[in-house]
Amino acid sequence: MPAEVATALARKDVVGISQLDVGEIQLILDTAEELLEVAKRPIKKVPTLRGSTVVNLFMEPSTRTRFSFEVAEKRLSADTLNFSASSSSVSKGETLFDTARNLMAMAPDYIVIRHPHSGAPHRLAQEVSASIINAGDGINEHPTQALLDAFTMRQHFGSLDGLKVVIAGDIRHSRVARSNAFLLDKMGAEVRFVAPASLLPLDAEDLGVSTHVRLEPALEGADVVMMLRIQLERQKRINFPSMREYFDFFALTPERLMLATDSAVVMHPGPMNRGVEIDSLVADGTQSLILEQVTNGVAIRMAILYLLAGGRSEAASDS
Amino acid sequence: MKRLLIRNGRVVDPSQGLDQGMDLLLENGVVAAIGERLDPPARTKMFDAAGLVVAPGFIDLHTHLREPGFEHKETIESGCRAAVAGGFTALCCMPDTDPVNDDPAVTAFIVKRAEQIGLAKVYPVGAASVGLKGEEMAEIGEMVRAGAVAISDDCKSVSNAQLVRRVLEYARSFDVPLAAHEEDLDLSAGGSMHEGGVSARIGLRGIPTSAEEVMVARDVLLAELTRGRLHLCHLSTSASLDLVRTAKQRGLAVTCEVAAHQFVLTDEDVAGSNYDPNWKVNPPLRSAVEVEAILQAIYDGTVDAIVSDHEPHHADEKEFDFSDAPFGIVGLETAVPLALDRLVHGRVIGLMQLVRLMSTRPAEIFNIPGGTLREGSPADVTVLDLRALRTVDPASFKSRAQNTPFADMRLKGWPAATIVGGEIVWKA
Repeated sequence: MPAEVATALARKDVVGISQLDVGEIQLILDTAEELLEVAKRPIKKVPTLRGSTVVNLFMEPSTRTRFSFEVAEKRLSADTLNFSASSSSVSKGETLFDTARNLMAMAPDYIVIRHPHSGAPHRLAQEVSASIINAGDGINEHPTQALLDAFTMRQHFGSLDGLKVVIAGDIRHSRVARSNAFLLDKMGAEVRFVAPASLLPLDAEDLGVSTHVRLEPALEGADVVMMLRIQLERQKRINFPSMREYFDFFALTPERLMLATDSAVVMHPGPMNRGVEIDSLVADGTQSLILEQVTNGVAIRMAILYLLAGGRSEAASDS
Repeated sequence: MKRLLIRNGRVVDPSQGLDQGMDLLLENGVVAAIGERLDPPARTKMFDAAGLVVAPGFIDLHTHLREPGFEHKETIESGCRAAVAGGFTALCCMPDTDPVNDDPAVTAFIVKRAEQIGLAKVYPVGAASVGLKGEEMAEIGEMVRAGAVAISDDCKSVSNAQLVRRVLEYARSFDVPLAAHEEDLDLSAGGSMHEGGVSARIGLRGIPTSAEEVMVARDVLLAELTRGRLHLCHLSTSASLDLVRTAKQRGLAVTCEVAAHQFVLTDEDVAGSNYDPNWKVNPPLRSAVEVEAILQAIYDGTVDAIVSDHEPHHADEKEFDFSDAPFGIVGLETAVPLALDRLVHGRVIGLMQLVRLMSTRPAEIFNIPGGTLREGSPADVTVLDLRALRTVDPASFKSRAQNTPFADMRLKGWPAATIVGGEIVWKA
């Protein structure tokens, strides 16, 4: 990278898109662009984080996000430790801070945390000296997902400015929707939330998005259609009646996708419910960027670790 | 080509602000022309409406048809016969059948059966919750697609406020109102008539006005929270109507209906009936003070619709004592004459306002075709004879049921003919 380009985030943690400014988001996306080629090398490894320790603290089940972080950490040559809810002492009644203090006693440099409760990473970031990276907290934020989504859109369209992005699904419980809305709004894209009102946050318009209770009108002129996972088992059938009805009225089908622009792309943070929120013909179709999202996820997480490492070493040399 | 010319009638159509002598030409199921002295094309059937009122077809927002499941009380066919004989061209039937209309297959069955019968138009109301149990949301979208015009857990008030909230929100996707039967089941438990001085006197357990009012208050607040469409069924109390007034002032999508018997009878009539279960209805016949408030709300426009709340029961079921007998009275064949007699001849409102309450507004509230005689609209017409003086005769009811407290009551103003899709389906 050229010397004048920043190689560090001037912050200790990445807990949410809310806290990042446009310049920081650009920096992360640009850095990920550079790091994407690491995956194409015969030996997919750079020494950036050699000697650093990353703790992956997953208090909620996750497969792809945890794997994505682990791959990113390993490609940067970090030592990694994995804690998951089932194997940790959380189930034995230990508080978040006690867990954190115990982990800090092992002197990690980074803690990647996924937590079922909103705000846990933010509280932890205040408490410990390690860099905290939010891998999803409750219904609040999932910043690395939003960054990889933005990266994927930018990769495809060249710019985020003016893009019309539909985000459809269980918005009310979706940290992905919220982080995406924050990020896309900052970057000049237009976000349209689509869900029956029972799955929308109250006053969602205050997030700078438009809201729609039917998919069809929102698809008009859309460049990106992002479908979110619907989980009936978590709803107790009080927010919407059935998978069948959801598919009939709110799923992305080839016919509905025709309402978007011809060059529109389809995204999904996964894991998909085929035949519920998305028709397989769309998920596996030529307009789908769903697997690109996964590839890009590794580059984004490498970029964040890399840029936080830069910040940490600058802070170290300052003192 | 089927043509019918309704000549020399007094056309009253609030949707066009019309109240004057006019002719109406119906052709191929729609209003083809409206004007003074129309020249009919050849082979046009004539209907002389001299001395009669010609109004857009009356729509009953609240009927229980009982089929499927309770055909001993009423069938779709007998209910439709009763409807047209009562001056209604369309009705909306509540989902408390067996199986419950909580499934698009049931909705489609009702629609298809009514089409086969070809009398009144029938618009099903789908259940809000599965099995009317108040626990899980029913397939509202699928039922709307099959023909439902509103959703309701009528007869079963929804205790779960969270479910009401989510239904109000979810139904916005399909632009249908939640028609709410408002009753706090703990407050009403065990009661069989209005709770007050009369119930104390005659020794029946009462249902307080607050059983309705607390739920109206809750749901109006939820309508405000959710921006959902709320239609309040058969309101019966002064405070409920005040809550509607306030909701309308706040610009909420809240509408309400009143059942015809509610503004005619009081709890004193229950006392006078000698514990006759034909006077037992839910919500109960209220005190004179509440009835006065209902008339005021009809006069000032707080009430959007007058309905029959037709609840047919088999004669055997009304042979129980007052407390054990089921709630409900038949209304399809008495609602219009009661309204004409008490509201129009009783000088509470004018004829224009009555037509608005029984046709224009019902069509708007449930988004049903009709409610107007504009050219191109459905050829559904209610013809009224304001001067007809008749006695209510349950034996002549087209309904299978005769559970009415109005037997032998003499009323002025009756339907004279009912025209659906350009065909005269009933004539006095």
